[in-house]
Amino acid sequence: MMAPLLSCRGLTRRFGGLLALEALDLEVEEGSVMGLIGPNGSGKTTFFNVLTGIFPPSAGKITFAGAPISGLTPQGVYRQGIARTFQRSRLCLPLSIFDNLMVGNHRHLPHGLWFNLVRRGALRRKVEESFVQARELLRIFDAALADRLLEPAGRIAMIDRRRVEVCRALISRPRLLLLDEPSAGMTHDETARLMDDILQVQQQLGLTIILIEHEMGVIERITRRCVVLNYGRKIAEGTYAEVSQDASVRQAYLGLS
Amino acid sequence: MLAALLREDDFSLLLIARILIVIVACLGLNVQFGYAGVVNFAGASFFGVGGYTAAVLSRSTGMPHLLVLVAGGAAAGLIGTLLLLPVLRTRGHYAALVTIAFALLLRTFLEVNDTLGGPQGLKLPELRVGPLRFNEPVGLGAFEGSFYLRYVALALLVLVLAFAVVQRLERSFAGIALDAVRLDETAAASFGLDVAWWKIAAFTLGNFVTGVAGALSAFMIGFIAPNNYNFAESLIFVSILLLGGIGNPWGLSLATAIVVLLPEKLQVIQEYRFLLFAAMVILILLFRPAGLLPRPMRRLGQVR
Repeated sequence: MMAPLLSCRGLTRRFGGLLALEALDLEVEEGSVMGLIGPNGSGKTTFFNVLTGIFPPSAGKITFAGAPISGLTPQGVYRQGIARTFQRSRLCLPLSIFDNLMVGNHRHLPHGLWFNLVRRGALRRKVEESFVQARELLRIFDAALADRLLEPAGRIAMIDRRRVEVCRALISRPRLLLLDEPSAGMTHDETARLMDDILQVQQQLGLTIILIEHEMGVIERITRRCVVLNYGRKIAEGTYAEVSQDASVRQAYLGLS
Repeated sequence: MLAALLREDDFSLLLIARILIVIVACLGLNVQFGYAGVVNFAGASFFGVGGYTAAVLSRSTGMPHLLVLVAGGAAAGLIGTLLLLPVLRTRGHYAALVTIAFALLLRTFLEVNDTLGGPQGLKLPELRVGPLRFNEPVGLGAFEGSFYLRYVALALLVLVLAFAVVQRLERSFAGIALDAVRLDETAAASFGLDVAWWKIAAFTLGNFVTGVAGALSAFMIGFIAPNNYNFAESLIFVSILLLGGIGNPWGLSLATAIVVLLPEKLQVIQEYRFLLFAAMVILILLFRPAGLLPRPMRRLGQVR
């Protein structure tokens, strides 16, 4: 069997006296979609923040594609090929949709002052090339949206912002995509469509996804395996069918006894 | 009529040159505040560092004066970098506080430093570029014009250069990166942007531009003293950005013209100009927070 793409051993994060994440062991296989569920405050988003280097872990190890990444800065983690979306939209609203996508593609773009200020011909070619790339990617999600690349991100509908956010994470062609509640603030149908589009890209690129989600229908439909957190600890792991039958999960999360 | 203006009106030309130079200084601040989001409350101080550097170098070395202008910018850039390095990892208003402290300290330092002329300041020699002597009247055949014409021309040249740099910066991937750093540091870092590096780059570049403007201004006036570089002047620079529209080079150009000309045209308000500017800034922030000429959205990728 192949080594997992991502593996965490004893991952712990403390905030003062609070154990937001306690000795978490977790493995994700390349090309799979894993669901991360649990009640509010159970440490799901903290896990993403520790994984992406926003908070350094208090203890434990993270290995990605065979290399240790615990203790890297957010920039370092991103350069390894991990991209994320945020629970609350963090687009740069005054900037155009295109600009926002370019923020996501930072690692593939030239940022030297000499290139940007002096070699304007080369810059223009790179911009045009990026423009085509951005439009192609966005078109997978919504054809109409793809023609509105030069509108400010603050002026588009919530669902479109969500799409742009997912595309901002996808455009750098990461190996691992972290989706933090992509359905938040959207209707059931909108969520279903967005998920289908994400899955389409996932299959095209052989992408690995970790998905935080409260809508159990989504989790059931698209994840192969689920990990359930409660008070920072893993309380169950398995297919959705398995974890949803688990007694401790039903008590902690689904509110059933 | 134009000839008459050019010949006789030294004062108008001085004013025009001053406007052009202050626009250059504010272009520097615009890179810091407008793009990277680093507020600089010591704009006049870095302007002064450029001026003092020019004074010292032109008095005590034989360095060509065009190089002296560049050195003035380099000194301002370097000092700014050293100043910002310790607070780069912090968020919030620490950087702004450090610049305020620097503005207040620099003035006291200049006042008690005898090598730099103390409160009396320093005189600068005549600006020379190759065979051109800037303090001689301009002669073109029978026409004779004010020597300020040369300063206006040089200031215009520097302005065009600075303007081009700032606009190209804005319309580039680097410009997008700076905006991302200003708007959301966490998101920017999550997509691989080195937030600290972009801030220091913008701060250094901005102070360089402001420093060059300060050096040119010192040559033109022929004399520098600590009084010209006080905290109130720095606040005027910041208010020019707010008034014009943060991040818009055209806006700050318009605002500079207003802020420099207004007290000159209305001599009565001279004494109360700070009060007037303060009221202006408050009104702008209340009723037109994006400024007189709000920054247009970048349309990178548009076929031109």
